[in-house]
Parts: sequence; structure tokens; C-alpha cells
Amino acid sequence: MTSVRSPVAGLRNVSREDMLVHGHGACPGCGYAVTARNIAKVLGPQTVVYVPASCLTVFSATYPKSAWRIPFLYTAFENTGAIITGLKAAYRRRGIEANVVGMAGDGGSFDIGLQALSGAAERNEDVIYVCLDNEAYMNTGIQRSSATPFGAWTTTTPAGLEIQGNRRFKKDLAAIVAQHDVPYVATLSVAHFTDFVKKVEKAKSMSGFRFLHCLTPCIPGWRIEPSRGVSIDRLAVETGMWTLYEVEHGVPRVTYRPRKMLPVTEYLGLQGRFKHISEEDVRTLQSWLCRKWKAHYGEEVEEPPCVIARKDEGLGHDGDPLHGL
Amino acid sequence: MVRMTITANAAVAHAARLARVALVPGFPITPQTTIIEQISEFINDGEMDAEFIPAESEHSVMSVAIGASAGGVRTFTATSSQGLALMYEMLFAAAPSRLPIVMVNANRSVGAASGIWTEHNDSLPVREAGWLQAYVEDGQEALDATLQAFRIAEDARVRLPVMVCMDGFILTHTVEAVDVPERAEVDRFLPRFDTTNTLVPSDPMVMSPIVPPEFAMEMRYQQDRAMQASLEVIKEVDEEFAGLFGRRYGGLFEEYRMEDAEYAMIGLGTWVGAAREVVDQLRAEGRKAGLIKLRFVRPFPATELREALKDMKAVGVFERSASFNGFGPLYTELRSAMYGTDVPITDHFGGIGGRDITVPDVREMYEVVERRSRGERVNECTWHGLRGEQG
Repeated sequence: MTSVRSPVAGLRNVSREDMLVHGHGACPGCGYAVTARNIAKVLGPQTVVYVPASCLTVFSATYPKSAWRIPFLYTAFENTGAIITGLKAAYRRRGIEANVVGMAGDGGSFDIGLQALSGAAERNEDVIYVCLDNEAYMNTGIQRSSATPFGAWTTTTPAGLEIQGNRRFKKDLAAIVAQHDVPYVATLSVAHFTDFVKKVEKAKSMSGFRFLHCLTPCIPGWRIEPSRGVSIDRLAVETGMWTLYEVEHGVPRVTYRPRKMLPVTEYLGLQGRFKHISEEDVRTLQSWLCRKWKAHYGEEVEEPPCVIARKDEGLGHDGDPLHGL
Repeated sequence: MVRMTITANAAVAHAARLARVALVPGFPITPQTTIIEQISEFINDGEMDAEFIPAESEHSVMSVAIGASAGGVRTFTATSSQGLALMYEMLFAAAPSRLPIVMVNANRSVGAASGIWTEHNDSLPVREAGWLQAYVEDGQEALDATLQAFRIAEDARVRLPVMVCMDGFILTHTVEAVDVPERAEVDRFLPRFDTTNTLVPSDPMVMSPIVPPEFAMEMRYQQDRAMQASLEVIKEVDEEFAGLFGRRYGGLFEEYRMEDAEYAMIGLGTWVGAAREVVDQLRAEGRKAGLIKLRFVRPFPATELREALKDMKAVGVFERSASFNGFGPLYTELRSAMYGTDVPITDHFGGIGGRDITVPDVREMYEVVERRSRGERVNECTWHGLRGEQG
């Protein structure tokens, strides 16, 4: 993991000034907050942000408080691509320089907002669309979205007596957006921070439609310890559950490649949302990952031995935000 | 001023051009489509310095309009029927965000049994969305009301979106003589777009955050006050418009032969044309019929209508939109406004689903109202032009 050994390399130009400041109401360890904060920091003060219905709206902009130092707008759930289209057009007409950024969740991008996202991408609107992907409808209390991974527990894919967890594999949204022939698509992880910053900076420096897809751990939704978000994000990459790449003007490039594939159980074992997972489902998920690995990295990978080893015994937090810490 | 022979759709496209609209998001839907086609032609021919955004749905059209208006430019769009229904959610975001968007709605029946013909059951059900709603009678008024709509919407006392509604096909696709003003004349009427309270990086502000119950009620109250204030603004703007262009529409509603009328009807849209004809006929026969053409359903001019109608022996309401199992939406509004008076009110449905309303149809309505004014018993609620028996 060479890219994280020197965490400050390449970060010298990043401003110390936050645009999303502390004092907001996110859960401790919230992946949304960390990701949104750092993206806003790189984009800087000449930025206007739209956030559709999501935790981010609730914890950062509930009247009369706001954690934003840049203009903020919220209206609905499914219209991020359209609202940022209108905002940017207004600034273009007025001759105002501004990075217009939409920060939507996975539900707001993969599902209900897919049409507006596709519309804005197809029109190549001059905006940055950030998908903060925590793999379920967390704001409404952990319901399955089309970003939810195979096998995961959510409140609408419960671990029942007959059916355990989500039965479908995660939709590949970044690939769908890339098929719109947009200037820039990148996948990000807060565990690979230099890579993260470089991609946001690159997006900032370009024009046209730019799509940043970020895997953002959710403490109560993934049923993880608040301190483990970044390590889990890192394991997502090492197991192939998340891949880091960019597609610049149609040319794909892997920006980080794990030396060897870790068994998916390394990732699953840290998260309460996979607590119920059967050996059969682990095997299914592992073979799906190996196919994905080959498609992505272009080489066959030997299936790593999966052993369900629980690593979350004695978690300090049961994952329910109402129970406190 | 140039006299053109154009449809009402072309007339409102001219209004958007003359108003120096900067942004027009749009999505095709019959019978509105030729508005956005005409605007696209104006833009591509260099006659209108604006951008057309071909959004991928009406929901996105209204979202783009909200983004653009929040970003500080004059924004116009047009829709109809199912399109308005798809926008429903965003209509409720535009008004509390106090964004002065102007939208033309080509009235068309919504839902099944599907048709593309005129009915007011698309716009009347969204009269609680916080938008002002104007209805027009002809192509000239469509142009003039659209120009007035920008002034009213952008007035600092109002700052609310305005929907200008016009009957599908009967207006949208009918060619009439329309006086199209020069841009310099319109510039004297309509100032530049006021960009205070818009989202800009130099003055960061949060717009439309989550608002808890401790504050949301006050925000709704402010909306209510703004809608109330628009009653006066509408009258002022109509007067000023009359001074500049020589055409006046009576502000909130127009009274036709009401001076010594003993009974009257009230209604919206193109029906008014046939109603004028019927009133003239009745007057020629020495019968004291009058007419009120209602221009605005929101704000509803309750006090003014009560004053205008308090001495009537009967009032009939024309509805081009049904409320099922009872009276129509306008009847309900008017009945409430007239509460405490003893003026009898009858309700008259017609033209539903785009069926033609002929002069004899309207005459039949007036006959019922006249009989009621003489104290005769009549049905309180009548469907006119219905085939078969009325139960």
C-alpha cells in the first residue's frame, strides 16, 4: 500500500481552510462527513454545493444552523443532476466563476436520482457530481438500495429464517456514468487519501461533467466501530469490494492495485451487517469478486481461502445510533 | 408594437423573449411543446440571449428552474397536464424558497381516460403549492399576463412563482391577431432581475435547509403574507401595464356588464368568451345578466369578489374541473368567500375533457342561474352538455 505510506506527499497544496466545519451533527466516524469535508476543502471557497435528501443535509444544514461556509441548497431527493445544471447555468449567464458541486448519496444517485444524473451527464453539464456511497438508505434508517452489496443486512433485507440479506450484487454506477462519454469519472476512498485528493484536484481543474464516486462507511448502517471506518474502507479495496480507478476522456486507468487479493471475509468480518452471512453466500460473493477482479485488473486471480472469522467481538457500539456509545 | 397573427403559444414565447429571460429549461408535452420550440428558434436565431436546457423530464425541468432562479437569473418554463403532475414535488420547493419563476401551463386533462384536450384538472389541484395562478382568455392576454407575471413574481413584497394557465388547443394552437410590444417598451415595464438573496460564493447563504417545527411555521406564515400582499401588487401591475401598453384586465378579475346586474356567472379561461356573448344576448332581451372573469385563483380575491357579488340574486360558477362527489373547486372557494351573505350559488360543470362549450351551452347555464335568482328551485350542481340522463 505504497500510496498511503507518506500521507502528506502531494497534499502540500491542499488548503487548511475547511468549507464544511466542525460542530455539525454527524455520527462519530461518519464517512459522509469526512468525505464531504475533504472534497469541499479541496474545492475551496469559490464553490456552491447542492445536497439532496440525505444524512448530509440533516446534519450539516438544519435551520437555524449550518456547518457550510459556502452557499448551500437543498430541495428534494432525486434531482441533484438537474439542480446543479440550473445553478451552473445561472453562474454562466452572470459571469460568476464557481465550482458547482452536487453531493448525493447512493440512493439519490443509483436509484431515485439516476435519471437526473444521466441527464446532466449526457448534456455534459459543467458540474462536479459526487456520489457519497454508504451502500443503503441510511438517513431513513438503513434500507437496501441498488448500491447495497450482496449478502448485506439492511432493514428491508433482514437476515430472516428463509432469506438472509440482500440477494443482488451492487450496481456499477461509475461504469454507467462513464458510458455517457463524460470528461472524468473517478472512484475514491478516504483510506487512500493522496489518491483521493489528486482526483478531487483533477476534477476541479477540468470542465464538463465530472463524477466522483466515494465509498463512505456508515457507522450505524454497517454496524461497525466508529474508529474502524477508514480501515474498513482500506479492506474494501484490498478485497476487491471497491476498486480505485479513473476514466479521463474515455481512457481508464487503475490508480491503485492491491498486491494480492485478500479474502472477502477479512472485510465482512469487521461489519455487523454481514454477521449472519452463510458460507454459501460468502463463496458466491467471493467468486463474483474474482470475476470482477479479472474484469477490472485484466488478470485471473486465484480465489483466496475464505474463513469467516469474527473480528467484531466486543464492539463498543451495537450500531444503533439510538443506543449511543 | 407589431401586430402578428400567431398562436397563444407563440405569444408567450414572445413574452419570454421580451422579458429578457436568461434560462429556459423545457421538456416536450402537448399542447405546450410549440412554446419551447419557438423559444429554441429565438435562441438559435440570435433573437433571444438565453439558454435552453433540454432536461430529461418535467421533474428535472422544475429542478433546473429552481437551481437557475436560486443562482440569480430570470427563469421561464412551460408545461402541461402530466408534466405539471410530474413537477408536483418541485412546485412545493419553488414557492417556499421564494423563487420568482414564471411558468405557463397549457391546461389539459390529466390522468386516465387519457386525452390531450383542455381541462383545468391539472392546475387547479395544485393551487395549494404556493404559486400564484393566473388564467387567461385569449392570445393577447397570454402574452400580457406572462409579462405581468414576471413583475408580480419579482416584486419584493411577493417573491413567489407564478403560473399562467391557458386552455390547451383553444388558445395554444389557435391563431389570433396579437400585438407584440417592442423590447424597449417592455424594458420600461420590467426592470432587470433582482439578484439579492441569490446563491453566490461571494456571499454564502443556506437556502431551503431542513427546518424544524420551531421555525417552519413562521416560514409558512411569511409565504401566506406574501400571497396576501400579491393581491395589491397584481392590481398595481395591471394599472401600470395599462398606462404603458393601453390594455387592462381588471387586476384580479374583470367585471363584464355588472353595473346593474341582478345575477351573474363567474369562471376561468376561454369559457369567458362564450359567456360574454350570452350576457350580450340576455341584455338585449332586457335580462340583467352579468359576468365575472376570474383572472387569479391564487391569490383568491375573496374580499373583492364578495363586494362585487354581494347584491346578486344568484351567482353561477363555471367549472372545467370536477371535484368528485360534489361541488367544483371554484364553487368551494367562492362559497367560502360569500359565507354570511344570502346570495344563492349554483355550480355548473362543462367542457370536461376538452368538450366544446358552445354559446347554447353557456346560455343553458345562465338560464339556471336566472331561475335561481327568481327563487325557483334548481339543481345546485349541474353538468352541462352531458350525454344521457343526469342522476
